[in-house]
Amino acid sequence: MDNTRSTTGRLPAAFLTPGSSSFLDFLGDHSPELLPGNRTLPPIKGAVELPHGTTIVAATFESGVVLAGDRRATMGNVIASRDLEKVFPADEFSAVGIAGTAGLAVEMVRLFQLELEHYEKIEGATLSLEGKANRLSTMIRGNLGMAMQGLAVVPLFAGYDTVRGRGRIFSYDITGGRSEEHGFAATGSGSVYARGALKKLYRKDLTQDQMVTAIVQALYDAADDDSATGGPDLTRRIFPVVTVITADGFRRIPDSDVAETARLVVEGRRQNPDGPRAEVL
Amino acid sequence: MSTPFYVSPQQAMADRAEYARKGIARGRSVVVLQYTDGIVFVAENPSRALHKVSEIYDRIAFAAVGKYNEFENLRLGGVRYADLRGYTYDRDDVTARGLANVYAQTLGTIFSSVGEKPYEVELIVAEVGAAPEDDQIYRLPHDGSIVDEHGAVAVGGNSDQIGSYLDQRHRDGMTLAEALALAVESLARDSGGNGDRQLTAEQLEVAVLDRTRPQQRKFKRLLGPQLNALLEQSGEGSSEDGPSEDSAED
Repeated sequence: MDNTRSTTGRLPAAFLTPGSSSFLDFLGDHSPELLPGNRTLPPIKGAVELPHGTTIVAATFESGVVLAGDRRATMGNVIASRDLEKVFPADEFSAVGIAGTAGLAVEMVRLFQLELEHYEKIEGATLSLEGKANRLSTMIRGNLGMAMQGLAVVPLFAGYDTVRGRGRIFSYDITGGRSEEHGFAATGSGSVYARGALKKLYRKDLTQDQMVTAIVQALYDAADDDSATGGPDLTRRIFPVVTVITADGFRRIPDSDVAETARLVVEGRRQNPDGPRAEVL
Repeated sequence: MSTPFYVSPQQAMADRAEYARKGIARGRSVVVLQYTDGIVFVAENPSRALHKVSEIYDRIAFAAVGKYNEFENLRLGGVRYADLRGYTYDRDDVTARGLANVYAQTLGTIFSSVGEKPYEVELIVAEVGAAPEDDQIYRLPHDGSIVDEHGAVAVGGNSDQIGSYLDQRHRDGMTLAEALALAVESLARDSGGNGDRQLTAEQLEVAVLDRTRPQQRKFKRLLGPQLNALLEQSGEGSSEDGPSEDSAED
């Protein structure tokens, strides 16, 4: 019998073949055309202007990890979207924030969420945090061809390691190269400024609320110096997406709370436009 | 050279059905009941690793009796079917009806194809809706037919006896503890003679599709302390035989 198509309406053999717990592997067997990596790109001359997501920031604190992102998507020098959401839950104990070509990134996240859920349902157990990070590596590597043509997706992956009992952050490059970050990390066009800001603000012993404030400060600094990153928009009431993952699982901080934090940060900047000062020595 | 004996098509199909039914009847039963907040699945299954009840998708679960390797394959196929459909369209477009149809086609084709051994399995596919009226329960016997069920249903070894016991006692609007108590009572009757068996939490596999769960995925296994608490509560409830207490879920 043909592995992928069935003439009688019964499930094709690929569906009933045991062995793989990976949705990606199954998709590769059954309908490879649905895998993002299998698409061929027409030859492109010059730069293509597509919506790009920008800055994602993550930092660990005592009981977990905070992952946040600004809301802007840019297309060349045009603001493509003011309220794009770029941070998503991957499963109960992890989240992924995306920078890069928005369309491809959102699809990658959808597939990644499904990959984790599929494994969980088939195996009756969840993947380890390292396992999840490695799966994401493989998916980014699958996008290498497009990345070489300028359509890169560079996520930041954060999760709570239930075995080790702490929050962890993984950053990636376009080849799927994965590295664990200790303390804090950032990705996207404003990441340089965000990382600089966090370097001065980050302390291991900050509470969750303090860490959320530090992250909003870092995003403010990124928006201050990078035109592609959006700051908190008090007039339209658009604020960064801030998520926290602890032993209790994934939680998105409600917009009203982020709004209050953002208000305090902006208030502080009125007195001190460059933000909080660190000691010189 | 030997000439095969002529066997009438009726006889051939009857033999296959008999074969499948006997295989299914050897195993313990699974019961599925509607309660106020969802659907509860109860199986007598001492194994913690080999499940008879599993999650398929957000609102859909699967229960099976019969040969493990056969229904495990079907479960795998169901999860893949649902995930692929949800990825191609949207999560809301995955329905128990669609899944039940695919299972019926698969079982039916295998049952009537001469080259293949008929599957010795009976399945239940259930979907929890926004309200009890929207719940759907489908029973899929070994031959590829679909039976639309309401209220309570049993499959497996003594399903006729257990089913009629359930039908007489199940009513709409039961709490989880009440439904669970009824399920356990009915399963305890499946004893092949002496009716006074006690089933403990260790011998049971219990899962619910709970429409009040805030998460997108409504499936949840009830394990250890939580299950014990519910069983104790239902023990008290059934002795008083009436006033329904609110079940302590989550």
